[in-house]
Amino acid sequence: MLLVRCFSCGKVISASYDEFKERTEKGEDPGEVLDDLGIHKYCCRRMFISHVDVW
Amino acid sequence: MNIELIEKDDERVVFVAEGVDDTFINTIRRICLVEIPTLAIEDVNIFKNDAKMFDEVLAHRLGLIPIKTDLDSYVMPSECDCDSHCSNCSVSFLLKERGPKIVYSKDLKSDDPAITPVYDTIPIVRLQEGEEVELEAIAELGLGSEHAKWQATTTCGYKYYPKVEIDQDKITDLEQYVEECPRKVLQLEDDTLVTKDVYKCSTCKTCQRLSEKDDNAINVSFEEGKYIFKLETDGSLEPLEVLTIACDILSEKADNLIDFVMNEEE
Repeated sequence: MLLVRCFSCGKVISASYDEFKERTEKGEDPGEVLDDLGIHKYCCRRMFISHVDVW
Repeated sequence: MNIELIEKDDERVVFVAEGVDDTFINTIRRICLVEIPTLAIEDVNIFKNDAKMFDEVLAHRLGLIPIKTDLDSYVMPSECDCDSHCSNCSVSFLLKERGPKIVYSKDLKSDDPAITPVYDTIPIVRLQEGEEVELEAIAELGLGSEHAKWQATTTCGYKYYPKVEIDQDKITDLEQYVEECPRKVLQLEDDTLVTKDVYKCSTCKTCQRLSEKDDNAINVSFEEGKYIFKLETDGSLEPLEVLTIACDILSEKADNLIDFVMNEEE
């Protein structure tokens, strides 16, 4: 489970996580997927790329 | 006061305000951040939770889900006549799911059809085969000054409007400046160096440092009394709505002060 909001800015990020996961698993470039999903700030982007699913 | 809109969509607005000062624009920023009431889940009654996720983590995740807010139909719990949680000051959400599945924010069943989570696709908890979760979550109005889950805005800030002065007589080797500018603000037009969309400039001063060889032909500074204001909401209210409410709150405070002075004079 990705955190609901970004640590730094509080933007709701988990709403886009399923799509991010699906598309990157198909081999798309994570950076381009994030641009496409409207995750532009680097604080929110690191939430996605550094996430480890433990829960 | 002059306002020019640069960017606007459902969650974000960027505008340039001219003819104001730091004090005023900062007041607006601070009100937008912490004094706009929004709905967020505050109390959670967990009847059953078999999931691996602890109750408190689950409750925290629920709290952070933004909820569409209708400020006309609900009052702050502190201003309500009831003892605790009536239909005027709170909205109840029910959640009852059985695994295997991932529970999403769309599975929250609201009391009031107009009040729902902003996004349907926020994963809340993962349930394995046979695991059950059953809970009641109660949302109420609150202020960002108490907890960040009630903050209507995520990003809310302003910066000075950049000013790039170019001395056309001294400047040489123009292509180099165009190449070095990271935000592509400096551009070539009819063999002269011009600025385009100055609001994009981050005032990194790369061009100013580069111009030391040309006897400081470029000077980067700020416009006096001109600001770029950026506001992003979590979706519970629209950005322009947030601005309007912020102005209402400010004028209400000013009115209180005027009333006080009037009463003292009498």
